[in-house]
Order: sequence, then C-alpha cells, then structure tokens
Amino acid sequence: MEKRTQFPVGWLPYALVAPQLAITIVFFIWPAAQALWQSLLVQDAFGINTEFVWFENFQVLFADETYLDSFRVTAVFSTLVATLAFGMALALAACCDHVLRGARAYQTLIIWPLAVAPAIAAVLWAFMFNPSIGILAHGMMLLGYDWNHLLNSGQAMSLVVISAVWNRMPYNFLFFLAALQSIPKSMIEAAAIDGAGPLKRFATIAFPLLSPTSFFLLVVNLVYAFFDTFGTIDAITGGGPMRSTTTLVYKVYQDGFKGLDLGGSAAQSVILMAIVIALTVVQFRYIERKVQY
Amino acid sequence: MKIKKLSLALAAVFALGAGGAQAATDIQWWHSMTGANAEQINSIVNKFNASQSDYKVVAVFKGQYADSMTAAIAAYRSGKAPDIVQVFEVGTATMMAAGKAIKPVYEVMAEAHEKFDPKAYLPAVTSYYSDTKGRLVSMPFNSSTTVFFYNKDMFKKAGLDPNKPPKTWDEVEADALKLKSAGIACPFTTAWQTWVQLENMSAWHNVPFASNQNGFGGMNTKLEFNNGVMVRHIAKLSSWVKSGLFIYAGRTSQPDAKFSGGDCAMYTGSSGIYGGTKANAKISFGVSQLPYYEDVKGAPQNSIIGGASLWVMGGKKPIEYKGVAKFFTFLSSPEIQAEWHQKTGYVPITKAAYELTKKQGFYETNPGTDVAIQQLSLHTPTVNSKGIRLGYFPQIRTILDEELEAVWAQKKGPKQALDDAVERGNAELVKFERANKKGAR
Repeated sequence: MEKRTQFPVGWLPYALVAPQLAITIVFFIWPAAQALWQSLLVQDAFGINTEFVWFENFQVLFADETYLDSFRVTAVFSTLVATLAFGMALALAACCDHVLRGARAYQTLIIWPLAVAPAIAAVLWAFMFNPSIGILAHGMMLLGYDWNHLLNSGQAMSLVVISAVWNRMPYNFLFFLAALQSIPKSMIEAAAIDGAGPLKRFATIAFPLLSPTSFFLLVVNLVYAFFDTFGTIDAITGGGPMRSTTTLVYKVYQDGFKGLDLGGSAAQSVILMAIVIALTVVQFRYIERKVQY
Repeated sequence: MKIKKLSLALAAVFALGAGGAQAATDIQWWHSMTGANAEQINSIVNKFNASQSDYKVVAVFKGQYADSMTAAIAAYRSGKAPDIVQVFEVGTATMMAAGKAIKPVYEVMAEAHEKFDPKAYLPAVTSYYSDTKGRLVSMPFNSSTTVFFYNKDMFKKAGLDPNKPPKTWDEVEADALKLKSAGIACPFTTAWQTWVQLENMSAWHNVPFASNQNGFGGMNTKLEFNNGVMVRHIAKLSSWVKSGLFIYAGRTSQPDAKFSGGDCAMYTGSSGIYGGTKANAKISFGVSQLPYYEDVKGAPQNSIIGGASLWVMGGKKPIEYKGVAKFFTFLSSPEIQAEWHQKTGYVPITKAAYELTKKQGFYETNPGTDVAIQQLSLHTPTVNSKGIRLGYFPQIRTILDEELEAVWAQKKGPKQALDDAVERGNAELVKFERANKKGAR
C-alpha cells in the first residue's frame, strides 16, 4: 500500500482552481445540460409553447433517412480529412527534416496556411473553384474536365476536404517536425552505418518514436473534422448538392437555426457529443496502450 | 473647502441632469438589406430622425433574411429583442404563430391613434400579411415579385430582336438555342429556384401549391405542387440543364451576379435587383413579364410577392410602440414609398405611391420598372395566387432545393423528386402544427 504524505492545504487550491472551473461550467457544462434538457422537449421557435416528450425526438431522428445519411457523410469526410492531413503533414515533416538548405524557408511556407481563418480559407478555395469565374475550374475546363461543385456531390466533397486539409495540415506538420527533431541523431546515424536507407530508417526508428505525437494528433484531428469544419462546409457548399456535404454538425445547425426545430437539433447535439466521447474513450483505452513514451 | 466641494458636486449633478432629460427614445430596427437598398434604408431613417426629435430609429444590418430572423428569435428568448425586425415572407407563418412574442401592426397603429387603412395598400400585398379577420399583422415594406430579365447586347449578338423578349417558355427555349449557337455559354439561369420556378409558376398558372387555399385556410395543410403542370415545367428545365441551356448557379441570390456580370443572357429573378443592376452593371438589359405555358388554361394569372415585411416584437414599452407607429406612418407616406420603389425595384406597396410615380413620369423614363406591379395586379388573385402561408416554410424550401438539385444532376426524375419533396414537406408541416398548437392566429 502506498503511503502518501498529506500536507495541510486549507482553501488555497480550491480558490486557485475556481476561475477555471467557473469558465468550464458556464461555457461547457451549462450549455451541454441545456441541450440535454431541450432534446426532451418539442417547442415552437420562440419558446412559448413547450411540450415534454421524453425520447421522441431521438426516435424520430433514427427513423429519418436524411439523418442516417449524414452519419455516412461524416464518416467519409472525417476519415478523408484526418488521414490526408495526417499523412501529408508526416511526409512533409520528414522531408523538411531531411533537407539541409532552405529548411527555414520551407517551414515558413508550409506553416502559413494555419494563419488563415477556416471560413476565409473556404471562401478562397470556393472562389478558385467557382464554376464560372474560378481560375482552377477554368483550367480544368481547358483540360476537358467539367467542374461544377454546385451539382456534383463528389466534387463538392472533394472541395471541402481540400479546404479543410489545407487549413489543418500545418498544425500537424509543426508537431511532427518538432517530434522528428527531438529524435537523437546518434540513433539515426547508427542505423545509417548499419546500412538502412532513409525509408527504412523512418519506418523502424522515427515512426515508432513519433507515436505519442501521432496519437495526440489523431485525436485532435478527428475532433477537428467533426466540429471545426463547420465554417468550411457552410462557406463552400452550404450542405452541398442534395445534402452530400451535410455532416452531423452541419445538420445540427441547419435543423436548429434554419429549420427552427430546436428539440430535434438538441437531440442531434446530444448524439454527436456521445459519439465523440465514445471515440475519445476508445482511443485512450486501446490505442494509448500501443504508444511508446 | 467644503463649499467648493459642494458647488462642484451640484454642478456635476446639473450637467448630468441637463443631458439626460431630452434623450430621444431609441427604436431598434434589424434589417437584411445590402448595397444600394441599404443606402436607401439609411437615407429614409436619417430623414425620419431629422424630421422629429422624440424618437430615433437605429437601423442595424443583421445578415441575410434567415440569419436575422434567427437572431431576432434568439434575442427574444434572452429578452433583448429589437423593436422592429424585417422578416422574409416565408417566415410569416412562424411569426404569426408567435403569440405574445410579436405585437400585431393593427394593434400598434390603433393604440397610437395613427391613421391606418389597409385598403390603401395593394391587394396582393395585404392578402399575404393579413390574418383570417383581414387585419394586417405585419407592415408591408419591401415587396418584390419575380420578373424576367434579359441581356440586350447578347440578344443582338445572337441575331434576336432586343426589344422582343420571349413571352412563353417555348419561346424562351427557342431563344436559348439561338443564344447557345451564337457562342453564349449561359443562355438561361434563375435565382431563388423554389420561389420562382415552383411557387410563382404555380400562381402564374393558377394551380395550387398546397391545400387549404395554399395554407391560408388554417391547419392540416398538405402540399400539392407535384401536379402535372409543375412536373412538366421541371422536366423541361431538367432537359435544359442536360443540353446546356440552363446553367444552375445556386439556390438563392448567388446567380444574380451571373446576370449582372454579363455571363447569362436570360434570367428570372427578383425585381428587387433592378436598382443595383442599373447602378453598377455594365450591361444593357431589359425587363419583361414571366414566361408561361400558353396551353394551360388561366395562364398568366398573377405572380405572388416575395421580399419581406416589418414585424413589431412584443414585450416593449408603450412609448417605443408609439415611436414605431409614427415611423410606420412615415414609411408608408407616398413620397417615401415612391422613392423607395424607384431607387430599388421593389414594388410601390400603396396605391398612392404607384399613382405618384406614374405622375412623375418615372415609368416612361425607366421602361420595365412597372412590370413587377403589373404582374402582381394582372388579375384578381384566386385561391391559388393570393400567396403561400406554410409553417417551417424555410425548411420546406431547403427540401425543395435539395430535390431540385437531384433533378438537375440527373439523379432523379422530376415526378419522383416532387413526390419526395411533398412527402418530406408534409412531415415538416405536421411538426409545425404540433409545436405551435396554442399560438396560431
């Protein structure tokens, strides 16, 4: 049995933690509790008529085809965004680590997209790909490919993924670069002396040592793809042709703020919260075991 | 020392007091107008504020129609609603069912003893915003209708007569083919596809959009736009998408830029873009009546209004309501309405404003600006062309947008898409009635 020394502390630690606790309660716990409460109600837009309906909002949701469809869209979208942002950042960080001349310049250029706000980045990409005036759309037309993301769902999905990945990749890149640079050079040199090529060195030495960073970035990227991509989707496709870019979080906004169905929207919020909590628990329980610190 | 302190304190108190006594009552007005229309709003508000000193109207741009309505609802829930909010026509059912969250305009005007005669307004406008007892619940302000715009330069280029716009949908097709062979990439596009191509086309051809007199008759309404005329129209537009005659450019007002920027030759959109296009665009364009199908009996009937009206929020102080009533009287005066109509392209909502504009010779010097009001008053409105009042109408429009996009992308046939839209839309109507059991007017 471990014996722990208890120091007399009085009220000081509680007082120090209190401001942060207050913020967490006001900005996270209270809205979540309100969403939970509202998901059990059917009410009009102004909140004047309220009817308590138990779990009917949830039942209606799961019987709704369009809601189940948004699960699929979210799965596709977040997988694409997480893997592409992760993979590209890793590749670029490995290359940047390898390069000798101009490394600073490459780093600066690669990190710049992070400074652009997501909604602005989305508008820029939408502008470049605009079917009538976009320069990239025009280029594709010259090559014979007809680009119209207002009608083609695959193209709409590609465009939002491109914008989200472009905006997020530098964040991952920063972490990977720092992690790669903290790998002791002696290990790499030893492997090189033993005859391992750059790829083999990366796969057997660098990648396993990157596992804490990779795990963290995986969790953070998934949360990003689920929630922070709202601005991107709203600015480019508004839910997309025939709901093909309506992710779960976008549907919450659409049903709540455009459709004024607050009960249904709150129920969707609750389900989304449950999904992300479950994903995070799974990641911490199972994948963290494989992480070598 | 003591006397100096006392006199300083007294002086401060008097200074504060003197400043506070004459303060004008602030009237907050949330609107969604941009560009040339927003400048007009500011000019009207400045004129009102300068004409008297009891009230000060503060006009605030709160984003697009859907966003400002949501903001007003959220503001009401937190007790910070504005006095007046401009709500688009599809929000009418939600606002009418809002109970004590709004104060009906006829009440506001009556309590302030302001002269207010609904008969002075255009019938097409009053019918949209009146309750079952014929009383105006919101103040009409910017009503538009959809008209047909065409690019005269492109017509000349294709060998078409720039003073003979197409009258029927078949003529539009013929002209579009000529435009396409003359090298014009976008012969036709439309803004607000659900409002123009479904809601207005239903009224224009005197076919019902929904049961219960398009929803005016009360609860238990069902959608009916999946009829033969509409299926035929959507099928025609879908074939145009396939052959490149109709380039789809967005659900709401995004396609405006394609016409005013000189990309598209023919355009069905809100008459409200006339002002901005005339002022800023470099194209020579004409305005004409909406196309119709000659073989449909009763076409053309009359078109229905779009745009927005002004709602007064509930729970405000009586002195603010007095100010609102005075402002509304000012807004509806013939001179202000005539200027608003001439500078923007929205229709003159009072008969007096229409007569004044005619007397000023405005329609002679600006041909095409009277198309909107003529379309609205072409015939006495029938039950199919008085307007549309549906609960959760914005959501129903989104559903229709999604289904139409499926048709344009050639993923669904027109009949299937409209049937699906009716089914999904009816579910929304049932939800609305469930949530608004008590407050309906």
